[in-house]
Amino acid sequence: MNATLTSQQLFRKQAAGEGLTPDAPDSVHRHVIVVTLENTIGALNRVANLFSARGFNMESVSVGSTEDPSVSRMTIVTTGNDRIIAQVLQQLGNLVDTLLVDDVSDEAHVERELCLVKVAASPAQRPVLMGVSDIFRGNVVNITPDSMTFEVTGPTTKVNAFIGMMQEYDVREVARSGRVAMRRHLAFE
Amino acid sequence: MTVATASPRTEPTPATDRYLTGAPVSGAEILIRSLEAEGVEYVFGHPGGAVIKIYDEMHRIQPSFEHVLVRHEQGGTHAAEGYAKATGKVGTVLVTSGPGATNCVTGIADAFMDSIPIVVFTGQVPTKLIGNDAFQECDIIGVTRSITKHSFLVRDVRDLAATVKKAYYIARTGRPGPVVVDLPKDVIADSAPFIYPEKINLRGYSVITKGEQGQVEKAARMMAEAERPLLYVGGGTISSNANGLLTKLARTAQFPVTTTLHGLGAFPENDPLSVGMLGMHGTWYANQAVQNCDLLIAVGARFDDRVTGKIDAWAPHAKIVHIDIDPACISKNVPADCPILGDVRYVLEQLLPLVERDARAVTPTLAKKRAAWRSQIDYWKKECPLTWKADGKLRPQQIIEALRDKTGGHAVVVSDVGQNQMWTAQYFTYAEPRSHITSGGLGTMGFSLPAAMGAGFGMRGTGIPVISINGDGGFLMNMQELGVAAAHGIPLKVVVLNNSYLGMVRQWQELFHDERYSHTHLAPTNPDFVKFAEAFGCKGLRCSSPDDVQATIDAAWEVTDRPVLMEFQVVTEEMVFPMVPAGAATDEMIVQRFNPENCA
Repeated sequence: MNATLTSQQLFRKQAAGEGLTPDAPDSVHRHVIVVTLENTIGALNRVANLFSARGFNMESVSVGSTEDPSVSRMTIVTTGNDRIIAQVLQQLGNLVDTLLVDDVSDEAHVERELCLVKVAASPAQRPVLMGVSDIFRGNVVNITPDSMTFEVTGPTTKVNAFIGMMQEYDVREVARSGRVAMRRHLAFE
Repeated sequence: MTVATASPRTEPTPATDRYLTGAPVSGAEILIRSLEAEGVEYVFGHPGGAVIKIYDEMHRIQPSFEHVLVRHEQGGTHAAEGYAKATGKVGTVLVTSGPGATNCVTGIADAFMDSIPIVVFTGQVPTKLIGNDAFQECDIIGVTRSITKHSFLVRDVRDLAATVKKAYYIARTGRPGPVVVDLPKDVIADSAPFIYPEKINLRGYSVITKGEQGQVEKAARMMAEAERPLLYVGGGTISSNANGLLTKLARTAQFPVTTTLHGLGAFPENDPLSVGMLGMHGTWYANQAVQNCDLLIAVGARFDDRVTGKIDAWAPHAKIVHIDIDPACISKNVPADCPILGDVRYVLEQLLPLVERDARAVTPTLAKKRAAWRSQIDYWKKECPLTWKADGKLRPQQIIEALRDKTGGHAVVVSDVGQNQMWTAQYFTYAEPRSHITSGGLGTMGFSLPAAMGAGFGMRGTGIPVISINGDGGFLMNMQELGVAAAHGIPLKVVVLNNSYLGMVRQWQELFHDERYSHTHLAPTNPDFVKFAEAFGCKGLRCSSPDDVQATIDAAWEVTDRPVLMEFQVVTEEMVFPMVPAGAATDEMIVQRFNPENCA
């Protein structure tokens, strides 16, 4: 990780754009924010707590390790108008444990989500379900005499479509990882 | 039964050699030596089971700082705040686990809201018992997460010294704030060599200093063009020690200045350019200036709702320059036309030469317009000044003015919350930074006495009097701390403006709730405040007539070796005016009481 964006730099990016746009209800958008933070006890809590304490919306969050064992990485999906999102970014940047806060929504980036779907299935239904799964490049990760569990990975729209298709059958359990995101390019310009 | 008798050591332990040899010492000793290394002068603390080892080591070592035994941990946090605000240094608190820690929560929240640098060390149950519902266990890190700038749970004694250094660094730099350090009992008992690190690594934390030059130049251009400019100065100017620069800038540019509650003292209120405090209980003319200015330069202020009232109707004609150290504060409530992220002192240093250059180049037309703006403000000042009615009744404003005259403004005035706070803000005429301390953001009743006690320690030996101004309601909330000031011979001047009511709530009930005085009357069970003071060995004085105010204050100033409490039995009905009702537009300010009979 050779590029970090401090809260100061974040701010300057916005300041260069001649201030922030005022509230407009129609400017509410979904934002994907990547946060890297110290891999310490409580750092994740601090981020989650910030969202509840400040009344920010959190649609999904995923957290995990990175190439550097001392750093963890969160991908947060949130919604809000530009003023709210600016607050989210700056309050996140103010946390002592955050190393980088990056709103990738308007940047070239890849996004992936993993989901597990457990469907009650008789042996006769198996080929049909596998046919659907193949279309989504899914995998069967478990099978029992009366059920099958599928794994599908992809953008949220694809995962939604897969779950939608599966709901034609007897879906018993769905688990989604939440999105993870990454910029396409090596470093920040 | 054996009774342990402490054997007082007359000479301090010669510890230095042990550190050089790298011999292991206890976590408790590491903590004490780290506090010494940080230059801590006072620790406001209260012992208990989880921190007894620290107190034991303190007894043995006789450290260079003084431990002040507070009577309640909340008082300890407010004392640390008062000390920090009065001196500009970091306040230190040491308490035990569980209730000791939770009692600090109000003070920590208060310091967070008002950006006051304090470090709170809390005891914790041994690491292996954490999460076990052990005796006096509380997850204080979890409880205080949203009211601290940062917090640490020390899990290894070898991290302790570096953690202390980080805590003080985070507390005092950037936008100051409270830091909690949780110390499990086994970490304190464990031992390691003591090495106080010279450097610490906080890669996620950067301290902001200078502003972006392009933004500063843009602000200077806006200032050069403004016809009706106004400086709106907040507490950030004082915590950044930038009051001198701000004063120079205002006088160079000849811009009028209004301050927030926490900005009082950043610019001398006796200067003709001062329009006093703005906001809910600010002066009418300050609010008029805000509503009519065409450029508002916010310096270390955060556009609090008590300043703006209804935000859509606030400063409707103004372009806004906003200088602040916290990026999250800029454009949070009011969008800034020219945001400048930076430490006020650095930004004003950048701005001042540009302002000086532009001041020399003002065109006659612009100079004329600005002169007209200033005379408009002077007219507003004459039209509706702050006044109170001298009618033979004892009114609180008279007392504040008498204290101002007694001290010539050279004092540290610590107010509580409510009516007393607003009269203290309105009538003292602050001319020096750090002369006014109050709980502004959180609005903590019971703040004044312990904060004044802490400020009293900070002002020791300076000869500057520390005045604690209280209502009767707020005084009752933390009055035990008078005992601390008495024990240490701190000559606090404690004022109780006794109107027998929770006055500010009573005022709202009178104005907005048809005079239904629900649960605001205190008189039936108020104690005898003079006897209370005397019970702690302090001097107690009572005054119930406007004719005796001066004599009472003079008598209080005769006492120099202990606190003195002055109870003033003021009229119940007095209200704080002018006033912008909560949520109303600033233009809807109520200037005087509805009943014309009571008007000044």
